[in-house]
Formats: sequence, C-alpha cells, structure tokens
Amino acid sequence: MFEIDWNILLPSLVVAGLVLVVLCVDIIRPDNKGGVSGYLSLLGVGVAIWVSLSLWGRSPTHGLGGMLFLDNYALFFNLIILAGTGLTIFVSTGFLEREEGGRSEYYLLILAATLGMMLMAAGADLIVIFLGIELMSIALYILVGFFRRRTDSNEGSMKYLLLGAFATGFLLYGIALVYGSTGTTNLREIELAVAQGRVYTHPMLLGGVALLIVGFAFKVSAVPFHMWAPDVYQGAPTAITGFMSAGPKAAAFAAFFRVMVASLGDLSGDWSGAIWMLAALTMTVGNLGALSQRNIKRMLAYSSVAHAGYVLVALVAANERGIAGGVFYLLAYAFMNIGAFAVIVALGRKGDENLEISGYAGVGFRHPGIGLAMTLFMVSLAGLPPTAGFFGKFQIFSAAVEAGYIWLTVIGVLNSLVSVYFYLGVVVSMYMRQPVGQAHAVSMTPFARVALLTASLGTLYIGLAPTSLLQMARQTVSALL
Amino acid sequence: MLSDYLPIVLLLVIAAGFAAVNLGITHLVGPRKPNPVKLSPYESGVPNIGDARLRFSVKFYLVAMLFIIFDIEVVFLYPWAVVFKDLLAQGTFVFTEMVVFLGVLVLGLAYVWRKGGLEWD
Repeated sequence: MFEIDWNILLPSLVVAGLVLVVLCVDIIRPDNKGGVSGYLSLLGVGVAIWVSLSLWGRSPTHGLGGMLFLDNYALFFNLIILAGTGLTIFVSTGFLEREEGGRSEYYLLILAATLGMMLMAAGADLIVIFLGIELMSIALYILVGFFRRRTDSNEGSMKYLLLGAFATGFLLYGIALVYGSTGTTNLREIELAVAQGRVYTHPMLLGGVALLIVGFAFKVSAVPFHMWAPDVYQGAPTAITGFMSAGPKAAAFAAFFRVMVASLGDLSGDWSGAIWMLAALTMTVGNLGALSQRNIKRMLAYSSVAHAGYVLVALVAANERGIAGGVFYLLAYAFMNIGAFAVIVALGRKGDENLEISGYAGVGFRHPGIGLAMTLFMVSLAGLPPTAGFFGKFQIFSAAVEAGYIWLTVIGVLNSLVSVYFYLGVVVSMYMRQPVGQAHAVSMTPFARVALLTASLGTLYIGLAPTSLLQMARQTVSALL
Repeated sequence: MLSDYLPIVLLLVIAAGFAAVNLGITHLVGPRKPNPVKLSPYESGVPNIGDARLRFSVKFYLVAMLFIIFDIEVVFLYPWAVVFKDLLAQGTFVFTEMVVFLGVLVLGLAYVWRKGGLEWD
C-alpha cells in the first residue's frame, strides 16, 4: 500500500535533510557566525546537483499519490535553482560578515527557499505548487529584511510580505475555481478533464485560469503586477537580490509553464491573448523603467522585470522551441544576473554600498578583472553575441516567429535595442568616465572570487558552446507537450 | 447538483432569521434606562483605568506562533492515532512516518529553546 518511488523524492529529500543538518549546527552552537553552515550548505547543494544529474534522462514518472513529477523538466529546473543557490552562498561569504556580522539563519533560510522552489518545479498538483511557493516566499520575506537595522531593508520586506500575501490570495482563489470546475487539483487530471470536456461551467474554469495567471504573474514580476520588484530588489541585501532574480523567478516560471502548457494547453486559445499582452507590457515597461534609473540595483530590478517579459514570449509561443528556449534562457539568466550582483557586492564597502552607477566611474582601470566581468554580464543581459543572453533571446524570438507571433517579436527586439542603452551605460561609466575620489581597495574572499569566475565562465560557455545545454533543454519539453 | 446545497441554504436563512427576529423584538419591547455605569465598555461596576489600545510586547507574538505550530501538530496526531492500529497491520510505515514528522518538529523546538525563544526576559 505504501509503495514509494524514492527517486522521485530524492532531490528534494537531499535539500530537506540539508535544512535539518544546518538547523542542528545551530542547536549545537547557538551563537555561531554561520561559517560551518555555509560550508555544509555548499556541500549539500553539490550533492543535490549530483543527484539531479544522475537521475537525468529517465522516463518521466510521477508518484506519492500523484503529488510530484520526476522528469527532465523538473531536473533541469533543479539544476538552475541549485546553481543559483550555490552561487549565492559563494557570494554571501564575506558579504554578511562585512555588512552586519554573520548569522547562521541566513543559510538555513536560503536552503528552505531552495526546497520550496524545487517543489514548485516538480509539483504535480496545484496544492504542492502552492506549498512550494509559500515555503519559498516566507523564507524570502525574512531574507529581504535580513539587515534588521536598515530601514530600506525593512521597507522592502514589509512591502513584499503584504503584496505577496495578497497575490497568494489570488492564486488560491484561482486554484479553488479550477477545483470547482474540474473537481481536482491534480495537474494530469485537470488536463484530462479539460480534454474530455468534463468541466462544470466553462466561465468558472476561465475565471480560475485568469486568477492563476495573476498569482503567477506576481511571482515572476510581470507588468502590471511588478510594482513590488524595484523596492524589494533595492532594499534586500545585495546577495539576496541576486538570489531572488535567479532561482525564485525560474521556479515560478517552472510552475507557470507547467500549469499553463501541460494542464491548460487545450485552452491556449483563451489564455494566449492575455499572456501576449502581459509579455508586451512587461518588456516595454521594464526596459523603459530601467532607462531612467541611477541606482544599479534598481536598474537591475527593472531589467529583471523586462527579462520576465522575454520569457513570457516563450510561453505565448508555447511550441517545442519556445519552451526549450524559455528554459534555456532562465539558466543563462541565472548565471549572468548573479554574476552582476556578485560584482555589486565586491564593489561595495561597509557602510557605503556604492550603488550609484556614476560611482562606477573608472572601475574598469582600477579593477580590470571586475570591470571585464561586469562588461561581460552587461553585454549578456543586453543580448549581444557571443554571450549566453544572445543565444537565449535568439531561441525565444525564433520560436515566437515560428508560432506566427511576428508583432510580439518586433516588440521584443525593439525592447532589446532600448536595453542596450542602459546596460552599456554601466560599461561606459566604468571605462570612459573620470573616476571621482580616491581608489578603494576591493577585498573579495576566495569564495566570492570563485563565484565571479564561475558566473563569468558560465555566461561565456553558454554563449559559445550552447549545443549540449540546448540539447538538455529540448529534452525537457516532452514533459509539457 | 446545486439542489444538494438546499438544506445548507435553508439552515443559513433560518439561523439568520432567528437572530434577526430576536434582536428586533428586544429592540422593540425591551425597557431602556441608561446611566453612565451601564454605558461603560465593561459593565462590571469597576471603573475603567485606561485605554485598551496598548502596545503589546513582541514576545506575545512569538509565543502565539509557537503555540500554533504545536497546536496543529496535535491536530495531525489525533486522526493518526484513530487509524493507527488498522494501518499498523499493513506495515510499520505509518509509525516511521509520524516519527519523522515529530522529529522535524522536535528539532524545531530544540532550535527555539537553544536560541532563547522560550525565555521570557
């Protein structure tokens, strides 16, 4: 009766066990500064990546009473999420000690959020996806306000909590309406009910789908549900801002894509128009908002909104190439964005985070390595070859053309052109402006150096030799279509 | 399908009607002789000593949160205890499952204890 296919649970189980181990460290040494927790977390994240890779390529299954999937799609997102978590932990060493003294809860919360994200990617039931979102969100609310003595950190945390709880309400109401009309919250059974027309009043189902879209759009910060993003991204500790823009965004898209394409794919005639509008608005508002920002974290927050728009284009296309492209783009985005935040962390000092873009004047000559890395990330975010960002955008836009969404592609490409201006503005500031004031020494821990190097090499590798990763991304698609 | 809910609607209507009628009757026929003591928020005869809108110590919230967690734990334990014997016949999984669940909560309790969350001062 209680047969369990442990493989389905294994990746999440590794991270869940890791959370408990890190908790035990705190129980044994209540006043530790988080050093041991950080090393343990890195080790555990490595094990979880290894487990996810070793499960790759098996025939897709589901289990635990139809609650979780084990397929390449979930595993690929596990890799994105775990890579984001690992890089964030690397970046965080030294950063925490510098800013507010290390605290071990930090790693505990990051790992709890990671577990929630993995459940979102693997969830086969709307309830599991909801639980994953909550586990991730609650950990993030605390992490955003982790700098307790800073008002902007507290402000971001409070705004995120209030708006996030509100969005959760939309999502839950959507789940309730979908349940009311199909009689189930299981994704595969919803798919069957829709395909066979076993739906109690069509408008009720469509209302549920609309509310689900609102809930997910909030989590991926799509316009017009993006208002929280700039304040939260600016207020959060910089390492956490990088973390939030990579893992949680990818996980929210994982659940969003799976619910919309796999379960509600037969209704795509009803929802693709709404997603079309969302995508066009998100790209435009995100890029126009970023144009006028002087604070680099705020600029990257608007840029993160805009990038959610590009991935939404892949959801509108909803064909094989589009989904593979969207998944691939989220991987590329994780590397280039966390890399950019690693640079911001490295260029800050205690008490002066140095977040004005004008403050980056002369960085390219004073710190050539950091300048080069930042240039690479900005070029990649702008979507210029030969970087990861270019190749990902190429995949998404060509999929949209293939599916016949010419106008959306035109809007996307025009937006990419606009974005070149503010991304390269950072590069211009680093290399072509006279530095003001005296040079400050940059002290990076060896771990932070590893993070910066990994993110740079990843961005370059994905751009120059995308074949093998794109192949993996293509293998995820069969889970949805 | 909707007719299944008719008894619930009837119950709602009767309950609301009962309350409304009673309130209405007391409002119409009840005698009214107000005086300052009767109009005070607490009609106990003891004079008020201040406003009820105090600032509470944040410690109460911590206690409340901890209470909810272990309250819910008991809510899960009851149905489990009811079916425990029947399910035990099919294997020890039903036991280990609850041990794992309780183990996670005990770790959390140990964490709160060590971090001083159970100290009032």
